[in-house]
Amino acid sequence: MRAFVLAFAVFAAGLAPAWAVLPGEILDDPILEARARDLSRELRCLVCQNQDIDSSNADLARDLRVLVRERLVAGDSDGEVKAFLVARYGDFVLFEPPMKPATYVLWFGPALMVLLGAGGLIAYLARRRRNPAVPAAPLSAEERRRLERLLSDTDTPESNPQ
Amino acid sequence: MTTGMVIGRRLAYLIPLVVFGILAVYFAWGLNPNRDPRALPSVMIDQPVPEFALPPIEGMEGPGLSAADLRTGEVTLVNFFASWCVPCRLEHRFLIELAMQDKVRLFGINYKNKPEEARDWLAKLGNPYGRIGADTTGRVGIDWGVYGLPETFIIDRDGRIRYRRAGQIDQQTLDETIRPLIRELSQ
Repeated sequence: MRAFVLAFAVFAAGLAPAWAVLPGEILDDPILEARARDLSRELRCLVCQNQDIDSSNADLARDLRVLVRERLVAGDSDGEVKAFLVARYGDFVLFEPPMKPATYVLWFGPALMVLLGAGGLIAYLARRRRNPAVPAAPLSAEERRRLERLLSDTDTPESNPQ
Repeated sequence: MTTGMVIGRRLAYLIPLVVFGILAVYFAWGLNPNRDPRALPSVMIDQPVPEFALPPIEGMEGPGLSAADLRTGEVTLVNFFASWCVPCRLEHRFLIELAMQDKVRLFGINYKNKPEEARDWLAKLGNPYGRIGADTTGRVGIDWGVYGLPETFIIDRDGRIRYRRAGQIDQQTLDETIRPLIRELSQ
């Protein structure tokens, strides 16, 4: 039982998020610190590229975390902090791409595809209702005989009549 | 069936061809072995150099480097380097070539480097930089949008950033991009 508890504790410790923020970086003001943590999670570490600066141990990520906190202490709004970094590193520094003409395809593309698909489906169904398919001509006597032969005789492959 | 409908139906046969064409272009771009998917475009292109003033490397003679030095009407190469950066060592000979042979004005920003290590490095490999600023905190690097070393910028006569190379300079970049651009900007 004790071994099980221990194993579970080790497993649970592995699930806890990696703690990249060093004690020295944390602000005294808990509200500002909370804002800094939230902001840091929305900002990309340019070195690791798929990690936010809050959880990254990269040197640049640490510099950026400190910079974010400095700007918050100086009275910047969250938007101003982001704008400061976007001016230097581009929109790529933000995990959520901003809405602007260059990203319209990204934001509206999926909805547009759904609309196109739905439109095509509606047009197709409407056309099918307007001109229902012509029923196929009934089988001729010869075809009917051949069909029966095929259905009754499943084991031997059909020999070509020609 | 009207003629319009017939033409419309004929055109529909072209849709797979168009889709194939779009995919082919996209894959040709995406699978190009020369494309670095990690490379980030710089937003500093065509912007004036950010304001900064850096002291020289501690223990070295020289005036340091500031934004004003890049607005003196001369095309300048600005190179971020550090002794701990391996690709910096690899590109160093090209920087020396540019400074000595091409007589390009080359300034350096020593990024987050211990002064004694930077001094040793320059003494050993040669110092191609006309001026060097020591960015010990990395703050000036952030203002330039630097995210890894080495990075090299070309500044035009008006003090605007015209080109940024993130990563090592190689012979190809030197001959096909850097030299032609410096020539063009110097005219």
